[in-house]
Amino acid sequence: MATKIFKHIQTSVVPLPIENIDTDQIIPARFLKATTRDGFGNNLFRDWRFDGDDNPKQDFVLNNPNYSGKILVAGKNFGCGSSREHAAWAIADYGFDAVVSSFFADIFKGNALNNGLLPVQVSEDFLKKIFDAVYADEHAVVEIDLVDQFIRLVATGEQESFEVNPYKKACMTNGYDDIDYILSKKETIAEFEAQR
Amino acid sequence: MGQTLFDKIWDAHVVSSNEGFPDILYIDTHFIHEVTSPQAFDGLRTRGLPVFRPKQTVATADHNVPTIDQHLPIKEELSRYQVDMLTKNCKEFGIELYGLGHPYQGIVHVIGPELGITRPGGTYVCGDSHTSTHGAFGAIAFGIGTSQVEQVMATQCLLQSRPKRMKIEVNGTLQKGVGAKDIILYIIAQISAAGGTGYAVEYAGDTIRSLSMEGRMTICNMSIEMGARCGLIAPDETTINYVKGREFAPKGEEWDKAVAYWQTLHSDEDATFDSVLSFRAEDIEPMITYGTNPGMGIGVTQHVPQTASFEAKEQGSYKKALDYMGLHDDETLLGKPIDYVFIGSCTNSRIEDLRQVAEFVKGRHKADNVTVWVVPGSKQVQEQAIREGLDKIFDAAGFPLREPGCSACLGMNEDKIPAGKYCVSTSNRNFEGRQGPNSRTFLASPLTAAASAITGKVTDIRTFLSESELV
Repeated sequence: MATKIFKHIQTSVVPLPIENIDTDQIIPARFLKATTRDGFGNNLFRDWRFDGDDNPKQDFVLNNPNYSGKILVAGKNFGCGSSREHAAWAIADYGFDAVVSSFFADIFKGNALNNGLLPVQVSEDFLKKIFDAVYADEHAVVEIDLVDQFIRLVATGEQESFEVNPYKKACMTNGYDDIDYILSKKETIAEFEAQR
Repeated sequence: MGQTLFDKIWDAHVVSSNEGFPDILYIDTHFIHEVTSPQAFDGLRTRGLPVFRPKQTVATADHNVPTIDQHLPIKEELSRYQVDMLTKNCKEFGIELYGLGHPYQGIVHVIGPELGITRPGGTYVCGDSHTSTHGAFGAIAFGIGTSQVEQVMATQCLLQSRPKRMKIEVNGTLQKGVGAKDIILYIIAQISAAGGTGYAVEYAGDTIRSLSMEGRMTICNMSIEMGARCGLIAPDETTINYVKGREFAPKGEEWDKAVAYWQTLHSDEDATFDSVLSFRAEDIEPMITYGTNPGMGIGVTQHVPQTASFEAKEQGSYKKALDYMGLHDDETLLGKPIDYVFIGSCTNSRIEDLRQVAEFVKGRHKADNVTVWVVPGSKQVQEQAIREGLDKIFDAAGFPLREPGCSACLGMNEDKIPAGKYCVSTSNRNFEGRQGPNSRTFLASPLTAAASAITGKVTDIRTFLSESELV
């Protein structure tokens, strides 16, 4: 089945300079009871975003009208903890196309890539530059190019290249899906089973 | 050149390996549960596909289930719907379900091993990060997302790049009162919640070798808490004796053949690892976490670190964690009053955990300020505990034995820790809100949890040792 295509974006960013953001913060377990993939964005960062009476917490960045954009920028070890793909669904459903951090947890990274949400791992230095830029000017624009694998601060032109698995890159830039690829290998799978 | 245990198992499961693509890895058993499977079943329906190998797929309901009155309908509507959906999906796609009321029901990572489904040399996945537990048998086992659940349902295979290999050795003799949970909390505190990311971790050394299968499962279970793709321990006599005779374990000639193969499953002498770490068992105290990730752990007698001891860019996150926990720099947790004790979860809810706690609490009673929940990992564990009379010991101590499920590990079912309350928990995660909105978790071993329940405050189990022969 076709998935979302990602090649290039240029947008303002939302800064969240916290380390070790786990998937329980991204989407708490009590919101995992849905049986479809839709609507998780409403509960993205639920307990950081809303108080116990469901009122928005004014000091949380998603409630700050000065910050918006398609890129979430966060501290290192983003997406650690539970394997819940709902975390990637929530971030994408909220409207983000990419997450930038200096380090990603493994399972989250895979889940994001399977949902057209690009995890961009940058150096600690470059991460700091992005935070500095957005805190100096909340409209600071960042460009991410998946085809040529670079991320750039548009105002200063400072840029860094990033790694991405070549297979996943091909999937994201063409909208391919893992299952379509692996289904094409079904005969090989059956042969493997027969030989065991 | 020699091979690591991990590579031996991986190579035996590679269906095809193509330059520029991840390997196609064959999965022996796919475990599923109610939370991360419904969207995958929907995906199959949309594509018009069956489950490729339903007999290699095993289902249970664990995350949403209540742990009292399981014979009654689940009260919470969405939970009930999700569990009912699993039943319906399993029926439609021909998958064996050990659902509520089934004698094999329980936490997915408890029932796989106890039924003899998890075996040395196998590959196991589940839409649950604690699938790493099964690596204790000398297997490759890891958690996956729901898109991958669908992939495995459709093909019994997974596209997967080979991770790097790390060896963590623990050698020496553990202090009394220190066990497997303390070992893994210590390792994670040393290398951080991200220290294993990108690696398959093999645990080795004589201390690891001396552990029971239950202890090894506790260690491998928390591999994900240091970010590791999976954790594994080479099979030996302990492993083989555990698997022997279990419901789905091989029998007769097949058993002999299997054992002969399992005996080849170890890292060769000259195998190379991308990283090797060594720890001394003597250095490990009973451990407790003070923060909001499992890497934020200390020996129970130590003090909470000073904010100034962290790099400037880390201080904000550190302060946020301490504020959430209601703690301050340099505080000692020892003697801190607590409100709840949770003994359970896929980390510590097996019969050995319950026996150890029962032995300790026999003749003692919990403090008045503490609510205690003991939640067995499976129906079989619960029944075994009752057969051994542990439920009576627990009752007398004010530690009611509940029914099996994930319970207060993840704040998804009815068992939640209230806002602001402190819980000494044998589970695996102390994230903000993990046990319920604004709950505060101290992760610890079953013995530390039990001793803390008795005194009503964070306690060093070793202070009881002079009066107890049992530890």
